[in-house]
Order: sequence, then C-alpha cells, then structure tokens
Amino acid sequence: MTAPILITGGRIIDPANQTDRVADLLIVDGQISAIDPAKESIPDGAEKIDASGKIVSPGFVDLGVELREPGFNEDETIATGSAAALAGGFTSILCCSSTMPCIDSPGAVEFVRQKAVQADGVRVHVIGCLSKNRDCEQLAEFGLLHEAGAIAYSDAPRPITNDALLKRALEYARMFNLPIINRPNVMSLSEGGVMHDGQVALVLGLKGLPTEAEDLAVARDVRIAEATSGRLHIGPISTMGAVDLVRRVKDRGIPITASVCPHNLCLDDSNLRSFDSRFKVHPPLRSPGHISTLKAAVADGTIDAIQSGHMPRAREKKMDDLDASPFGLASLETTLSTLVTYMVVPGLMDWSAVIDRLSTAPARIAGVGGGCLSVGYPADVTIIDPDAKWTVNPLKFKSRCVSTPLDGLTLDAVVDSTIVGGRVRYQRGDDSAK
Amino acid sequence: MSDAAQLGITVPAAWTRRHLLDLEGLNGDEILALLDVADQLKTATGGCRHKISVLAGKTCANLFFENSTRTRNSFSLAAKRLGADTVEFSSTGSSVAKGETFVDTAKTIEAMGVDWVVTRHRTPGTPHLLARELGCSVLNAGDGPHDHPTQGLLDMLTIRQHRGSIEGLTVALVGDIAHSRTARANLWGLSKLGAHVIVCGPPTLVSQRWAELGFEVAHDLDEILPRCDVLNLLRIQFERQAARPFPSVHEYANLYAMNVARMKRAKDNILIMAPGPINRGVEITPEVADGPHSVILEQVTNGIAVRMAALYLTANAGNHSIADDKAGTR
Repeated sequence: MTAPILITGGRIIDPANQTDRVADLLIVDGQISAIDPAKESIPDGAEKIDASGKIVSPGFVDLGVELREPGFNEDETIATGSAAALAGGFTSILCCSSTMPCIDSPGAVEFVRQKAVQADGVRVHVIGCLSKNRDCEQLAEFGLLHEAGAIAYSDAPRPITNDALLKRALEYARMFNLPIINRPNVMSLSEGGVMHDGQVALVLGLKGLPTEAEDLAVARDVRIAEATSGRLHIGPISTMGAVDLVRRVKDRGIPITASVCPHNLCLDDSNLRSFDSRFKVHPPLRSPGHISTLKAAVADGTIDAIQSGHMPRAREKKMDDLDASPFGLASLETTLSTLVTYMVVPGLMDWSAVIDRLSTAPARIAGVGGGCLSVGYPADVTIIDPDAKWTVNPLKFKSRCVSTPLDGLTLDAVVDSTIVGGRVRYQRGDDSAK
Repeated sequence: MSDAAQLGITVPAAWTRRHLLDLEGLNGDEILALLDVADQLKTATGGCRHKISVLAGKTCANLFFENSTRTRNSFSLAAKRLGADTVEFSSTGSSVAKGETFVDTAKTIEAMGVDWVVTRHRTPGTPHLLARELGCSVLNAGDGPHDHPTQGLLDMLTIRQHRGSIEGLTVALVGDIAHSRTARANLWGLSKLGAHVIVCGPPTLVSQRWAELGFEVAHDLDEILPRCDVLNLLRIQFERQAARPFPSVHEYANLYAMNVARMKRAKDNILIMAPGPINRGVEITPEVADGPHSVILEQVTNGIAVRMAALYLTANAGNHSIADDKAGTR
C-alpha cells in the first residue's frame, strides 16, 4: 500500500461535489480519505505536501491522445506520452488507435495496457478501433475488445466516413454501454487541405480545410445518434457551425457530448503566414470568429470537455514544407496553461469551470472513473500553482515531440504535482518541463 | 566611378532586401525600384542581349523542384548577362529523389559557395523557409499557387513600357485565379502601384473572398471587357486541379477565350498578355496571341530584365549609390 499523504492549505476545487474552499486533503491507501481530517485521524508519518497558495484539483482526464506505439515510436512511446501527460496534470488518458498495427484486436489492447503498466505513470485507457483495420468497412470486434479492456470505440484521428457503419456502431455499442467517439470531417471536402479555408489560405495559395467539412459531419453524427439513441462523443470540434449544431441538438435533449482542443481557443490562422509547420495542426487554427464562438461555448458548457489534441510527430517529419509535413503537435504539457491564459485570466471562465472541462466532464463522458475528490474514491489529484508563469520551450517537454504552435509564448499556471492512485508520479522540479 | 554607375545603374534607397520572396510583402517604392533598375539593366545590356560584368565573380544556383523551361532559362541568362556564373539543379536525378528534404538539398548547394539560390517548388512558402535556413540570397521563382514575384514584375514592366505608368489602369486577370501564382503576384503588385484589378473567371476558380480583400470579382468577361486597359490571360493549370472546376475545355473557351469577336468589343489600345506557356484555343486563340495587341513575346524579354534587377538589387542591398542619396536629400 502507498504511504499516506496530507495535502495542506490548498484551495480544493472539486466541481463534482461543488467544493471550492481552502482545506487539507488526506490520502490513505491510495484513496481520498478525508477533507479537513480530524487531527487524530492523520496517520503518523503521513507525507505532508504544502499546497498553500495552490489549487488542489481532481486529476485531469484526456478524451483522446495519440501515443503512437506500436509502430511509430519515433513520434512518441507509451512511456514518454505517459510522462508528458503527468507533467500536464493528467491522471487518465484515453489512447487513440493511430498505431501500426491499429488497436483492432484484443492482443493490441493488451499490448498497450501492458506497456502502460511498465511505464507506471498515468492511467492509460484504450480506445478500440471502430472498424477493422480502420478502413471504415466492417465493425471491429467490440465485444472482444471490451473484454480485453477497451473503454470506447473510435477510428480517431481518422473520421468515420461510412454513414451506415457509424449507425451500426452506435446501435451495437449500446449493449456494452460504451461510447463511440468520432472526429468530424468529411474527407471529400477536406482532402489535401493544410490549413483553415479562409482569407489567409486564399492569399497564401494554400489548400484549405473548409468549415463545412466539419459541420456536415457533425450534422450527420447528431442525426444518427438521435436515431439510434447511441452514446456519441464528437470531438474535437473547431467551427461555429459545429457549435451551433451541438447546441441545438442538446437543447432538444439528445445526450451527445463534444470537446475542443486548447489550440483552437487561442491561435488563429494568420499564424500560417510564417509557413512554419508547427502551425500545421488538426483541427486547424481557424479564423478569429470561430475562436470566440468556441470560447463562449466552452464557458457556457455547450462544449463539455477540453481534450489536449496531443498528436506527436517526430522532429524530422515536421522539418519540411507545409504540404509534406504531417499535422501534429505536442499539447499535453500546455493544455492547462493555455486554458488559464486564454480563458481564466481574461475572465471568461472561473477555475471551477476549467476543472470541470478538464476533469469532471471528460471522466463522466469516458466512464472511466476519476474526475472527483469524493471520499473513498481513488486519489487522482493534481496540484496547480495558479500564479506561476513560464515560457514554452518544447525542448524541455517530456514528450518526444518538440513541435508546438505555442513555442516561445509565456503562459500562466503550472502543474506542481500529479498524484495517481495516491502516489506522487510527477513533481515540478529544476529538471522538469517548466 | 564604378562600372555600374558608368552604365547608369543605380541602387535606389528604397531597396534594402537580400531576398525576393513575394510581392505581397513589398511596398510600392520597392516595386518601383525593381522596375526602374530593370529598365536601366535592359538598356545597359542592349535590350538584354549583351554581357556586362557588374556581378562578375558571383554564382547563382537554380534549384527547381518543379518543371520549368522559360523561368529557369530566363534566370540563367539574367545571371550570365551580368557576368555571374550559374549552376543548375533539378529535383529529378538529384538527392531529393533519394529522400533528402528540400532544405537539406538547398543547404548542400549553398555550402558549395553560391550567392543566390533561385528556387521553384510546388508548396507555398518554401522560399520563405529557405530564406530562414540559408545565409545566401533566396529568389522565389514560383512557390505553388502562392507567388511568383519576377512574373508579376515582368508583367508590370511590360505594361509600364507601353503606358508609362500603372496607376489608374484597369487590368483584368482572366482564368484560373485559384491555382495561379501569377495571378497573386499581379494582384499585389498592380494594386500597390495604383491599378484597378479585376479577377475574372468561373466561380470555382475565382473566390468571392477576393472581393473582401478589395479586388473586383467578375464572372462575365464580356461585361468587363470594354473597361479593360490590359487583359492578362492565365493558363488553366490542369496539373494543379484535383477535380475539374468546369465541365469542359470547350465550355471554358466559349466563356473566356480571347478571340477575334471579343477583340472587337475591347478598347482600341488594349494590351493582351499571357504568362505562358499558352494553351492556344483555350484561353487565347492564335489570331489574338499573334495579333497586334499581343505583347506576349515582349514579356519574355522583360523577364530577363526584371530577373537581372532582382539579382543585382539583392546582391547590393543597402549599397545604394551616393548619387541616389543626394537625389534623396534634395
């Protein structure tokens, strides 16, 4: 069993229990034992963490991270991705199937889970493929994948291009009560695009990714979800049109959920004027109107969750022109700070809402536990220094990927420590990311 | 007095750049500096035919990742007319075919000791990336559909030689605006020099967004034709189109080809231009291409003149002549 930990003097923010107050938090046997424990209940020798001036939050949950192993270890491994997640304050991540082979068999699920155990860091939950070989022809073996430990089905980052297959998946997954995750994108409209299809793309002569490619996919997804009563998560979304569709369908009581990536809340498409491939990200950096709509939708809860959008690609792959270099960015280690800098500091969102979108909501959507600091639950806890500032230097990332559109920007708030199951798995130090 | 000064070649104070990457980033004075020096060099070389030695001892590397005949040869001749050496690289048969990135290829060539890299690539922004990575001057000879500064300059030089000035003229760019770097170079260059620019073609090739940027968007050539002082007929870039943006070449030619019937409705002194290679019978009929209003072959000669100016000015960035300084203070 793990040693007891007493986190003292921190501002405990736990949206699931509507808690926001300065208190001590006691962790015993890897579980939340008490908030403001009686003196006599604190075990002798409990490790003390002074969190005065800090925020104590339930650990963050990411709805879709590319870990790239097996097959693309040059981009990231389960171990390096896990370390990056911890440094970003995540205690649970859902792992996408952009691997070779893809995660469409029980053996592949087991491989990822075993590697995660060896990495001994963040909790890695496996998203099984929705289609065999991720080719959108035939359903993957949902039941067998589930038995091996898969907790959702998706071909992400590839979209589901086959309408009938999506419908079948939503119907079939109901018997396991697991969510389907789709990244909305109509390929026939976006093929070959490298950036947001707008005025900047027109001027630069670069092929655009039109907003209607996303809007159309969201429209289809919500109609099929409604028709099948399936459990559908759409994300990440990046357009005004997608927000409008999600809002309208939620108003009608259809239980779909949606997420957005932090980079779509802060940077616009004019950055591509540098022709620098670190701005070639997906979803693409949109024009300012989309950004303000997305910010408002995250603030009012139309968009349920934030996902990092971590899409690591090796440096040599990103060292090319905009057509040849792949979409990709390292974002696990900048997600919290991006939200604080662009949402909390300008007063668009309070801390409780940020923690809801990063922890409580994604934990509920994925159904993987966590996302709260309730007594008796596993102690997945993130301690944040809200007042620290740091300058993004990807060479110091734990991730193997060193490409980020935030390179060189100064951001607010730093993850101080990340506790998974009652064990401190990350602590900000001299050699740490920040 | 230096050779250049004796030949009447100046370095205008407006010019301070080591690279020529696009026309969008230049101001009107910089564009005029290039055009003025192009005229001077054209005169000094007897109409781009004789060799002078103002760039003797320097080396210009052509690094073309896309096919080109006229632009490549035009740059080579421009360098040679000014006394520089040239070296040729193409992507086929080079290390690029073996998987080397274009930046590494360019660095290798630079390490051989060249003063300019003239580059053409299918992807927008590649010259800008090279300018950040290389120590030598970078000249953009066309980057995908983005820009082609020397093409824009040669078109403007040709117009100016015929009309004395660009300001106040109405110039229509007709055809495949979407995929055309020539269109973009002309749009920026002409508008900075005070021309009224119309982009004309089918809506699948002429985005409505150009109007948001202040340009006139038209889809009916016959409607705009009587107002035009210059028509620049762009080639349909079949090779860049993933899906055909109009039903047939026949239909396109019917709507947009410049033919004898349309010439009758144009201004008497209209200039007919085409960046070439031309598709005879598609955007232009032979009678018009070879007719009295056509300046297509003058454009080719002026191509050498503006490329000489680009080489000369980027090599002498900041070394503007004393005579010019005095002119500036008077």
